[in-house]
Amino acid sequence: MRQELTLRGNQAVLARANPLAKFTAVTLITMVLALSIDWVSASVALAFELALLPLAGLTLGLLWQRGWPLILAAALGGWSTTILAPDSGQILLDARIWSISEGSLELGLGFMLRGLAIALPAVLLMSCTDPTDLADALAQKARLPHRFVLGTLAALRLVGLMAEEWQTIGMARHARGVGSHGNPLQRLRATLGQSFGLLVQAVRRASRLAVTMEARGFGNARRTWARASVFTGLDAWVVLGGLLIAGTAVASALAAGTWNMVFLSQQ
Amino acid sequence: MPAHSTSAGAGVRPASITARGWGWRHAGRSRPAISGLDLDIRAGERVLLLGPSGAGKSTLLHALAGVLGDGSAGDIGTVSGAGPAAGGTAEDADETGSLLIDGVPPRAGRGRAGLMQQDPETQVVLSRLGDDVAFGAENLSVPPAEIWPRVAEALDDVGLGRLPLDHPTSALSGGQKQRLALAGILAMRPGLILLDEPTANLDPAGVLDVRDAVGRTLDKTGATLVVVEHRVSVWKDLVDRIVVLQPGSATDSAVLIDGPPDQVLAQARDMLTAAGVWVPGYVPATRARAGQPAGPGGAGTAGQLLLAAEDLAVSRERPRRAGLRGGFRPVPPEPVQSGIAAQVRAGEALTITGPNGSGKSTFALTLAGLLAPVSGTVSATYDLSAGAGIDPYRWKAQQLISRIGTVFQEPEHQFVTGRVLDELMFGPKHLGRGGDRVDELLERLRLTELVDANPYTLSGGEKRRLSVATVLAAHPQVLVLDEPTFGQDANTWAELASFLSELLDSGTAVVSVTHDAEFSDVLGGTRLSLRAPEQQTPHGVEMRRREPGRVAP
Amino acid sequence: MTETSAAAAHQARTRRSYNWRVVDIVVAALIAVAGGVIFWAWSQGANLVSAPVNAFYPPLTGLYAGGWMIPAVLGMLIIRKPGAALFCEAVAATGELIMGSQYGTTVLISGVLQGLGAELVFAAFAYRKFNLPVSLLAGAGAGLFCGLNDSFLPWGWNIAYAGGDKLAYIIFTALSGAVIAGGLSWLATRGLARTGVLSSFASRKAATEPVFS
Repeated sequence: MRQELTLRGNQAVLARANPLAKFTAVTLITMVLALSIDWVSASVALAFELALLPLAGLTLGLLWQRGWPLILAAALGGWSTTILAPDSGQILLDARIWSISEGSLELGLGFMLRGLAIALPAVLLMSCTDPTDLADALAQKARLPHRFVLGTLAALRLVGLMAEEWQTIGMARHARGVGSHGNPLQRLRATLGQSFGLLVQAVRRASRLAVTMEARGFGNARRTWARASVFTGLDAWVVLGGLLIAGTAVASALAAGTWNMVFLSQQ
Repeated sequence: MPAHSTSAGAGVRPASITARGWGWRHAGRSRPAISGLDLDIRAGERVLLLGPSGAGKSTLLHALAGVLGDGSAGDIGTVSGAGPAAGGTAEDADETGSLLIDGVPPRAGRGRAGLMQQDPETQVVLSRLGDDVAFGAENLSVPPAEIWPRVAEALDDVGLGRLPLDHPTSALSGGQKQRLALAGILAMRPGLILLDEPTANLDPAGVLDVRDAVGRTLDKTGATLVVVEHRVSVWKDLVDRIVVLQPGSATDSAVLIDGPPDQVLAQARDMLTAAGVWVPGYVPATRARAGQPAGPGGAGTAGQLLLAAEDLAVSRERPRRAGLRGGFRPVPPEPVQSGIAAQVRAGEALTITGPNGSGKSTFALTLAGLLAPVSGTVSATYDLSAGAGIDPYRWKAQQLISRIGTVFQEPEHQFVTGRVLDELMFGPKHLGRGGDRVDELLERLRLTELVDANPYTLSGGEKRRLSVATVLAAHPQVLVLDEPTFGQDANTWAELASFLSELLDSGTAVVSVTHDAEFSDVLGGTRLSLRAPEQQTPHGVEMRRREPGRVAP
Repeated sequence: MTETSAAAAHQARTRRSYNWRVVDIVVAALIAVAGGVIFWAWSQGANLVSAPVNAFYPPLTGLYAGGWMIPAVLGMLIIRKPGAALFCEAVAATGELIMGSQYGTTVLISGVLQGLGAELVFAAFAYRKFNLPVSLLAGAGAGLFCGLNDSFLPWGWNIAYAGGDKLAYIIFTALSGAVIAGGLSWLATRGLARTGVLSSFASRKAATEPVFS
């Protein structure tokens, strides 16, 4: 359950790139895909992204382990679009609130693929980006206030601990007779109590962590960085790659005549 | 900024402390945490700070570390109509007198002092070993080229030099985390090292490692040391002065006694033991176990088998689903310990010991029916189950609490209400019983005065007593305790040991996970030693039967 | 009191600041993290409910969207400094991105917008009111912005819905935000204040503050 927040051992090429460059590339792809709901631009981008897996140190097997909930979510998203989008073309099914037409089916399929093509690069990004490096880049290169960046980083380190504590509190309360069984209302109450227990520990831990950080001189306006966050030639390639994927996706959709701007398709 | 240099000895200038009539009241409190403190600590001195809880020891350390708030919680939205102009309202923190390090207020001289607190998890800031050590130096704007040599040196000094700089800090043990924290402090080159119960949460081996690392670094740097710790024997030979504080009042001085360790311990021995301090060579008097385990008025028949574990493998992880290709079969997790056999008998104690990571707590929780075994069995005899079935893990929560009670290491994890009395009544109420035993428990565990308090606001010792009482209120025949004496002062320790010895004599089975040899001596019974994972034999377990300890009445 | 420390204390008092202390930052961030852990654990069970609901009438999923907005309201109720709602929700979204989100990097935009929805409500009361009605409103604000983001921005998952379904979804998210994010956070803050863990925050007296004024 305890998730490691460092990426020791990931020697992949993309793990060496600057997080900001990777983030820029992913954002480019995401924004371009968001502009249109069509299966061509989404499929093209997806194909590129799958081809990039090895560069991020991922395999299809690993991706399936981490990513199957995303696929399920994308499928559900496609389904809801299919039944709720305004109908066009031949009506295939009409059952009160549900209606499926040729137009809405195509929209739903495009939506599902687009959802995957937007989710996948973020999974790629995080699997080859150490939060510590991301924080370094955000504070040093993007010039976000370092107190907030490092405070957040220190808190994120405790995710694993909090998840473990959640489990422990659950057992500890079970030992007091608060069951995780029973009717939904009882279970809800038990979960709320468990959540409260976790919040108390979170505030206590955070307060102590803040004292630790302040006692080590944290909180001044200025500080030095033992490790500089740098841009290299690799980062130029990463951003170019992002541009290339986004551009190819749009061009293919335009060429195929499926490009379908979201704001225009609404009526 | 001190002169930049690569050798620690040259970079450190020991700090001196001067307090004159100093006091501090926390924001929103009516009484000061500490007041009227007059104290001089010379540069390079090593001081152990003692005193009852509430004497303001931690407040003083926090003030010296420069982390006591500036009084402003930023209450821009409080309902108080008085407003900021009123100055010293109870809403603000309040400082009196002066407290100086080398003649400068601590907040102005950040980095002159380094502080280590009790909870190892919050003494680590960052995910990578090297980054965490560098953190303080970076905050003091030390030039980057100078930081990494400091990091390497500090890690060597605390005995973590063999680990790679990108080693994940979450993989360290509690004792290693505290040594890492010390390295982070050392990399700032402070003239004053402040330790606030640094070893209270550690196992015995971890305690010595941390103590020795502190000793080595003090010898090397000559920095001043102020340490707060209940266990005097750990630090006695390292310090050259003991200062005993007393809870503040307007007229008395905050310092009760002050002098060389041996002299203070001789002079104030009775007062210190009364305050629950662990003075060297002192084991608090506890109730001795009755000679025969079979007490005549006992509940069940003593010695009767209640619970048995056979060839048990344990883990905290739940089985995973194998996924599509595995046909969604459950995949058992990797056990932390396996091949455990143990028996729990009425009126007898079972003590589980072993190094960190040997799965002691995991085994205890499995035995207590809170975790499913990875393999092997935990089975309850009919005397315990009374028809609820053989496998405790399958019992409903209510069936469980009236049969096996479990006291967790952190009392707060078990609080389920907002009031001490409700907390005690919770078990009996859910079992549809009256609170006949509650009054007795309140009385016996000295909680009567606290019935209306919020459980979270109690002191450490009170929380521990409450957590034992709440579990016992449901009348379990088996009581399982996870490190019940961790971090407790000598008074709570003695009360707990005596109380459990009474329970044992009246027929309850007591299973405890503990590093505390004196505690298990009082309870007697059987000891189960689990081995560390790497040195496991096919049966990583060793059992030894011992007589109940005889301790001075 | 020495002259320097008296002067410093005086200055601190008159600033009485909107400035964030280290403890504000770390506690706010960890509340967001803990909120993420809680909602993650909760959604394990909720998935059983949500998948059929989603398949039946998707806008109904807005009814439990409030869970995601707890950090925004809870963070502000505890820290009581400008930006707390925005900051906490942004941290929560970052956490979600790290764990792997079906929304990809657009989860950051949703987070910022939801935080903004709550933040604007607290700002409208000049960061002086943290009672139950304001908490409910702030939760509703977060929910409203969540619904708008999902329905009208290009990356929103409901962008292709028909108008009536979008409206239903937005009403559901606002309601859910008010009850789950607003109401539960208010209750949690009062409970936390009673335990004493908020002693260094402006919210330390939350348990005894009037409910409505």
